[in-house]
This record gives sequence, structure tokens and C-alpha cells, in this order.
Amino acid sequence: MAPPARLPDRFERWFAARGWRARDHQLEMLDAARAGEHALLIAPTGGGKTLGGFLPSLVDLAEMIDPEDPRRPHALHTLYLSPLKALSVDVARNLMVPVEEMGLGLRIETRTGDTPPSKKKRQRERPPDILLTTPEQLALFVASPNASTFFADLKRVVIDEIHALAPQKRGDLLSLGLATLAQWAPQARRAGLSATVADEGGLARWLAPQAGPHAKFARLVRGGPGPRPQVEILDSAERIPWAGHSGRHALAEVYERIKGARTALVFVNTRAQAEFTFQELWRMNDEGLPIALHHGSLAPEQRRKVEAAMAAGKLKGVVCTSTLDLGIDWGDVDLVIQMGAPKGSARLIQRLGRSNHRLDEPSKALLAPTNRFEHLECTAAAEAVAENALDGEPLKAGALDVLAQHVMGRACGDPFESDALFEEVTSAAPYADLVRSDFDRVLDLAATGGYALASYDRFRRMVRGKDGLWRARDARTAQRHRLNVGTIVESDMIHVRLGSGRAGRRLGQIEDWFIGQLTPGDTFLFAGQILRFEGLSETDAIVSRASADSPKIPSYQGGKFPLSTYLAARVRDLAQDRSKWGALPGQVRDWLDLQSLKSRLPGSDELLVETFPRAAKFYLVCYPFEGRLAHQTLGMLLTRRLERLRMRPMGFVANEYALAVWGLRDLSGVDMDALFDEDMLGDDLDAWLAESPLMKRTFKTCAIIAGLIERRFPGQEKTARQVSFSADLIYDVLRQHDADHVLLQAAWADAATGLMDVRRLGQALARVKGRIVTEHLARVSPLAVPVMLEIGREPVYGEGHESILADASDDLISEAMTP
Amino acid sequence: MSAMTARKNEPVWALHGEAVTPDLTGALFLPVHRTLIVADLHFEKGSSYAERGQMLPPYDTRATLLKLSAAIARHRPETVVALGDSFHDLRADGRMDDSDADMLARLVRDVSRWVWIEGNHDPEPPARFGGEVRPVLELGTLTLRHEPTEGNAPGEIAGHLHPCARVSGNGRSVRARCFATDGRRMVLPSFGAFTGGLSVRDAAFTRVFGSCPDGWIIGRTSIYAVQSKRIAN
Repeated sequence: MAPPARLPDRFERWFAARGWRARDHQLEMLDAARAGEHALLIAPTGGGKTLGGFLPSLVDLAEMIDPEDPRRPHALHTLYLSPLKALSVDVARNLMVPVEEMGLGLRIETRTGDTPPSKKKRQRERPPDILLTTPEQLALFVASPNASTFFADLKRVVIDEIHALAPQKRGDLLSLGLATLAQWAPQARRAGLSATVADEGGLARWLAPQAGPHAKFARLVRGGPGPRPQVEILDSAERIPWAGHSGRHALAEVYERIKGARTALVFVNTRAQAEFTFQELWRMNDEGLPIALHHGSLAPEQRRKVEAAMAAGKLKGVVCTSTLDLGIDWGDVDLVIQMGAPKGSARLIQRLGRSNHRLDEPSKALLAPTNRFEHLECTAAAEAVAENALDGEPLKAGALDVLAQHVMGRACGDPFESDALFEEVTSAAPYADLVRSDFDRVLDLAATGGYALASYDRFRRMVRGKDGLWRARDARTAQRHRLNVGTIVESDMIHVRLGSGRAGRRLGQIEDWFIGQLTPGDTFLFAGQILRFEGLSETDAIVSRASADSPKIPSYQGGKFPLSTYLAARVRDLAQDRSKWGALPGQVRDWLDLQSLKSRLPGSDELLVETFPRAAKFYLVCYPFEGRLAHQTLGMLLTRRLERLRMRPMGFVANEYALAVWGLRDLSGVDMDALFDEDMLGDDLDAWLAESPLMKRTFKTCAIIAGLIERRFPGQEKTARQVSFSADLIYDVLRQHDADHVLLQAAWADAATGLMDVRRLGQALARVKGRIVTEHLARVSPLAVPVMLEIGREPVYGEGHESILADASDDLISEAMTP
Repeated sequence: MSAMTARKNEPVWALHGEAVTPDLTGALFLPVHRTLIVADLHFEKGSSYAERGQMLPPYDTRATLLKLSAAIARHRPETVVALGDSFHDLRADGRMDDSDADMLARLVRDVSRWVWIEGNHDPEPPARFGGEVRPVLELGTLTLRHEPTEGNAPGEIAGHLHPCARVSGNGRSVRARCFATDGRRMVLPSFGAFTGGLSVRDAAFTRVFGSCPDGWIIGRTSIYAVQSKRIAN
């Protein structure tokens, strides 16, 4: 029990008036602040985390200021940073409650991309006591003149949802911004707020300024565990599908659960799945329950509308993607339904926290697996939640493209000296191990592009003056940099507009490439309705409402999470251990039984490889359980090897659990140990990277973040397309002429953990080395059926992409053209 | 004409009654005239961006020259025609790396005739590399100029528009540079290493061809003749 004297009377009285008392972790945050320490508060949702982060600021401010004095000086005391601007607005509102009830008279303001320039200017001149903003806004401060003065009085920095930020490039940029802040306001102390995570130490280090050879950590403050969530897996009376992610079979039962709840959140993993689920729920919605749709591609106004209706308690159900993962308090949710597997136990726990946000009741969740494999995954996830066992990859080293952006940003603000900046940068935990030579290369990248052919010296974006200080070349260069700040790079998007002309309503945005594959008249699902594509107009795709019953173009992908390594291990464990099958439905148990009879169950440390013939082709199916991305990379590399062995592979398809490769020759004679040897990650990978579109996409993102390529702003691209350049071509040319370029190095580091998941594949290959078990079968095994069913649904790799061109090319034309 | 031998992946097709061979690099070879035509080289495009603060790699001129030199070695033309916009801007010459400039001068010297057609980016191509400068070149029944004429112009070969085309099938699509043609006239794809493309579905092509043209689309190892109706947005 904490001694009550630690809280000033005014605060004690306020807590008491509400019938509360300060929680231990809130008091411990106060304690850490008084001891001058940085502190990381880890607590489940609803544990009073936000107040824990702000309490030291409120207590300090209450002692410092006289609320009656209208002429008291303007000085920024606390900076709050969160990943979502909506969260900043939400927190500001919640913070006003204690501040007003205690009569503290504080100035609390938000600053986001939506804040009008006049208000921003006023904030610069007369700062509030507490400013709530986003990492991008901090980067803009860093890149503007005289920011050091603005922050000179800063006492505290509160970083919310730190577990979501730290693993991303946004986190890298934020950590660099914090390092700069520490130069300007060395007295400021940091408070991090995090959901429960596996790697607590990693986050505590991330939060603390680093110096010297030994890692520094913020003080760890843990909130109580909160009541155990109740997780149920839907035991559907319907037949459970072998493959696919629609979950159609379970939707009638899901609908009944929504009906029985006060407000239910229905989480899905992709936008396509959200559209489908929403459509199907309304098809059976005879009672007209208010069910809404929420995902990141919808027009902001539409999302705001749904959020407002939810907060007002007007909705019975909301079908949503990860856009509602983060901690905004949007009403009285009492049931969370997860369609499909959650892919990771930490994500599931986070989503569970959306229900019963305010009460000390257990949150309730229903998992609805969409196919048989997902039953295994959901069961493994539910067990992990029961044990409060969290997954999560260790934090990575900071990205070099982000560093390049920050270096340029520093040059756009107050001039810097390069040795001092190196010190500053390496005080940010993600860059603590950065070597000086890499820093110098990044400095050069920011200044001239960093090419081996040093022909751009006279075009420097950053110049070093006689005083030894670096600054942006001119005001215009700095202005252009500020337009390009941030690490979020959207793929090229096109507005979807209902009806032509200016009157047409914008429904949201959709990927350029998806629209590219439509021809006028095609129908597709978007924003909860079936739309007919009419044509392109400038940057808009014009659509009309379609009368069709089902869309012709099935879906578009987006936002698929890979199965976490941790959960994958649990799934492998579950599959081979009969004693744990009690939790599985009969249909799934029968399926596994049949597999052990016809072939075998993959052991938890083995890699099972099956070969069998089918319809004049020969198949190889393996079960690494490492997620679709790693499997696709494996498929790409295996087919290259098989080609060299003259096995004539024709294609492959991957799902979350398995990979199937097929060809024209019997694959049972292949030496599997050699085929799956780790050395495939050498030359084969290198050769494939040269032409991989995934690598090109990754490179483009790095080039934009590093400032090598400027972002394209809506409206400017269409007219400029003809004279613009393509990032693919730049990648090709750079690879050919400057293979050691630092940006290629950055792109490679990203690809290894990102779209190609090479790191994970490498770990898997090392794990199964010498443990490959082979079954040569006469026909397809029960376990192979799901991945075999993906053929035809998922893109098949390996068949030349150009077959589309060959199909489209008309022999008649060529004949007619022959002289 | 039938005596002409076409190598694999090198179709001999017809344009306005003349035999033409589209090359994978985006060049067009006229076997009868022993002439190789390239459009929109845009030398020093990278450095022109760098000059304005966007540090694109400085290797585009070199990459373009290597590609051009390979096309010349393959077809052994007597005449090379650069269809304008060969230099990205008027200061391109001054920014060119010495070794790149030497390589270009050698290429020009080593063919019998080199013609720079004037473009909008380079109304006066630099003289130091040699070659003759013309606004237009007549070749048999063909007319070579930079900017395509709007309206009827049979036999015209032009550049300027950077045509590309997207083809969809099986839920996927491929976008690539192409030769835009209706069989009577043609717009060549851009040859330069960093040059982007404009879809042949764009109104600019309708003004030239009267409707969306067909595309001889450049694949990795072959060129595919695709009718306009199969070309997506």
C-alpha cells in the first residue's frame, strides 16, 4: 500500500470525491518522476495508464502555477506523443476532467496535421502547459528554426502506445527526435506508456537515453494484471472449411452473438475480409441491427461518423480492421469477436482490451476460425492468452533511411556540428550501436545522395559552413524537406468517387494497382457496397452502385499479418500432441487423425515434406508454419534450385502454414536435406533479389523516407507522370552501377524482416537442419488439402508474369503486320 | 523483303508498308534503310533532378549509353536517329561526366551517319558530340520527327509521349513500355534509363491516333503485339 502522503491534498480529495484511490502504479510513476528517472509504465488497457503518465506533470504544474494569474508566462511543461492524432484529441478531452474538477487552470492543446497554421504559429509564440501531438509533428519541430527555444523549459515527455511505435520506422524517427529534445531540454524526463509486451527490457532501453558501453534502462513500473480475459472459440455446428478466409460458415452464429451483446467489435485481418463480413452480416440482418464498417481505406468523414455513432452507443456491431486496435475509448464494447486467427497472442490481448475498457470486469472474446488450420491457431492463441504468454520480436537496429531523413531535418533546423550529432544520434537506443563510418555515409546520403560517382558536390542539399556547422542549402530546400517529413509511405492510391463530376462523393481510397486490373463494367466490393467501375478521371476512379448480387472481381489484399513465430511454435506443438486435442472440435480432430494414418503429423522440431503425384503433375508440400511471407520467399528459392536440378518446377503457392511446389517431374528422388539447406540464402537469394518486385517496392519506400525521391502529392502526379521517373528503374540502375550504396543496404535490411521475411526463414531452416522427414505418398494427404485448395485462389508464383502479355498478344495482328 | 532474316525474339513487322524490327531496348530498326531509331534518351535526367535538390542516382546517362551501344552492336545500323529530347535540358551537356561524354562521342563517331532530331527539351543539341541536327527527317515513305502530329499523318514515326500500356489477366496486371501504333504511324517508347511512361489510354494518344492505338509491348524476352481493346487503364 502506498503512503497517501505522496499525493498533494488537492489530488487526494479529487480521487476520494470520485470514490477512487490512486493506483500503486500511478503513485510509482510519481515516485520515479521525483527521483528524476525515466519510467516505463506497462499495464493492460483500462488500468489508468494515461493518468499514470500525466500525474507527475499535473502535480508539478499544480505546485508551480497560479491559475488565477492571467499573465502567467507561457512555457511548455509536458509534451505528449501518440501514434494517432485521434488519440491525442481523445486524451486531451479525458485529461480536462481532473484538470477542471481540481481547478488547476492548465492550458492543454493538441497539434496535428489538421491544426490550422494560424494556431500553430500562436502555439509557437505562446506555448500551452501541455501539448499533445504525434511523432511527425515532433520531426517538423526538429526541422524548423529556433525549436530549441520552444522546448527549453520542457520538463516531461509522455509517449503513449510505445509498444506500437518502437518496432516501426516511426519509432526510429521518434527516438531520434527524443534524442534531439534531450539536447535542448536536458532536464526533461520521459514516461512511456505501453500495453503488456514480451520484451519489457527492450522497451525500457528504447525509452532511456543511451551513453557509454552499457545499456541504460528506464525504471519499469507495472500495472496490475487486471482480470483474466474470457476467450471462447466458436464451435460451429456447420462444416468447417478446409481453406479460405471468408468465415462464411460461422457468420450466422456470429450474428446471433452480436444480437446478444451490448456493442460488439468484429475484428478481421484484412480490408477485403472486412468488406465481405460486413456485406454478409447485412444479408442476414432481418432485424436491421445497426452494424457498421470501419477500415483505413474509407474516407475520413465516414470513419468519423462511425466512431461518433459508436461513442454515442448507437451501434450494435462494428466490423473493423486493425484501425481500431489502439486505445481510443469508443463506447461500451462488451464483446470482441475475432474473425479468423489473430496471428499473435499480443495482438489478441490488445484487441481483447477493447471490451470492457472501463470496468474491472474480465473482457470477453469469441474467436471464429475460418478454416481447420485456424482452429489450431486459435486454440494455441487462447491457451497463450490464458497463460498471459506474449509474443513479439526483439526490437531491431534503427533504419538508415530514417536516420538520413533526421539528419536532413536537423540541418533544416538549428545548424549542427557532425561530431556532436553523432553523439546525439547514438544516444537514441535504436542507433546506439551505429558505427561512425555508417553515420558518415548517411550524412553524405542526405547531402548529395551518397554516390560513388561524386558528381553532385555542387548540388548539395546540406552545406557545411566556415564555422564547421551543417545547414540546409537554402530556405526552399528546407521547406521541401518539411513537406516530406515522416516515415509512413502509402502505396499509390486512387480516390473512389461515386458518380462523376464535382458532385460525386468520395468513398475512400484504393490501391492504384487494383484499379489497374479493372475494366469498365467490372464490379467489386468497397465501402460496404457492390460498385461498378465506370472509368478513370484524373486521380479518381469513378464508380456507380451496382445491382449485381456478388462482385465479379473478388477482393483486394492488404494488411495481412504473418503468424507470429511464437504462436507458430505453439501450433506445431498442438498439432503433434494428441493430449492437447481435447480443445479442438471433432471435425478437426478427425482431420489430424486421418493425417497421422495416411502420412504423419509434423513433429514440433521437424520439417515434414510430402511428395505425391496428382493429375499429371508432381507435388512437394512442406509445413514450416512460418507465415505466408517467409513461405513465399522459400517457394521462390526452392523453384530456383529445382530448376537447376532440372526438375522442371512450374509454380508454387503458399499459405500461413504450408508451401506447395509442383512440376513436371517426380520430386520424390530429390535430396531434401540438400534442397532445404540454409545455403539457399546466399547466391540464390541474391539472384532473385535482383528482379524481385517486393525488393523494388521496399527500395522505393526507403528512397522516399531518405528523401532521395520526393513524395507525390495528390493532383501533381497525373500531369507529371509522363516526365516523371520510376523508382523501379532507379533501383535497377543503382544496383548495376553502385551496388554498395547505403540505401540498397537499408532496403535489404528492411526486406529481411519485412515483405520477404528472410530472417525468419533463415531461423526456420537452421532449426530443421538434419530434422527433415519425408513421406512419399501415392496421393494428396489430408494436411496438404488446404494449401492445395489455395491454388487458383492465391496468385501462383513461378509461372512467368509475362504469360499475361503472351495471352493478350494477338497472332492476327502479327500476321497482318508481316510485310 | 522476304530474304531478310529475323533472329529469334526479333519480329519483322510492318509499319506503313515498311519492314520494321522493334528492339527490346525500345529502339526501332528499319532493316531496309539500315537505320536505328531511338526516342527520348533524356541524358542527364538524374543530375537535372539533383540540381533542384532531389538526388537521383547519377548513372542514368551511363546506363542509357550502354543500352544504346548494345542495340547498335546488335543491328549494325548505318544511320542512327535520335528522335529528340536526347538531352534532358539545355544544361545537360555541362553536367555530363567526362567518361560518359567520351563514350557518347565514340558512339556517334563509329556509325556512318548520326542524326539528332530537335526536341522540346533540347531545341539545340550540343555540337561537341558530332552528328547532324534536323527538325525532321524523311526516310522512304516515313517521316521522323520528335512530337507526333495531331490528326492524320501516315508514315510518321515520333517520340515525345513515352507510351506504355497495362494488360490485365487472371487478377493480375503487367505494365510496360510499348511502341504505340495503328499500323500506319507510330510513337516510340522512351529509351532513357529514368524516363517514365504515359498510358496509351491517355487522351494525348487519342488526339494523335483518333482512338487508343495498339501496343507492341516490351516484355523481358519478347515483344508482344496487343490490340487496343486488350489494353487496360
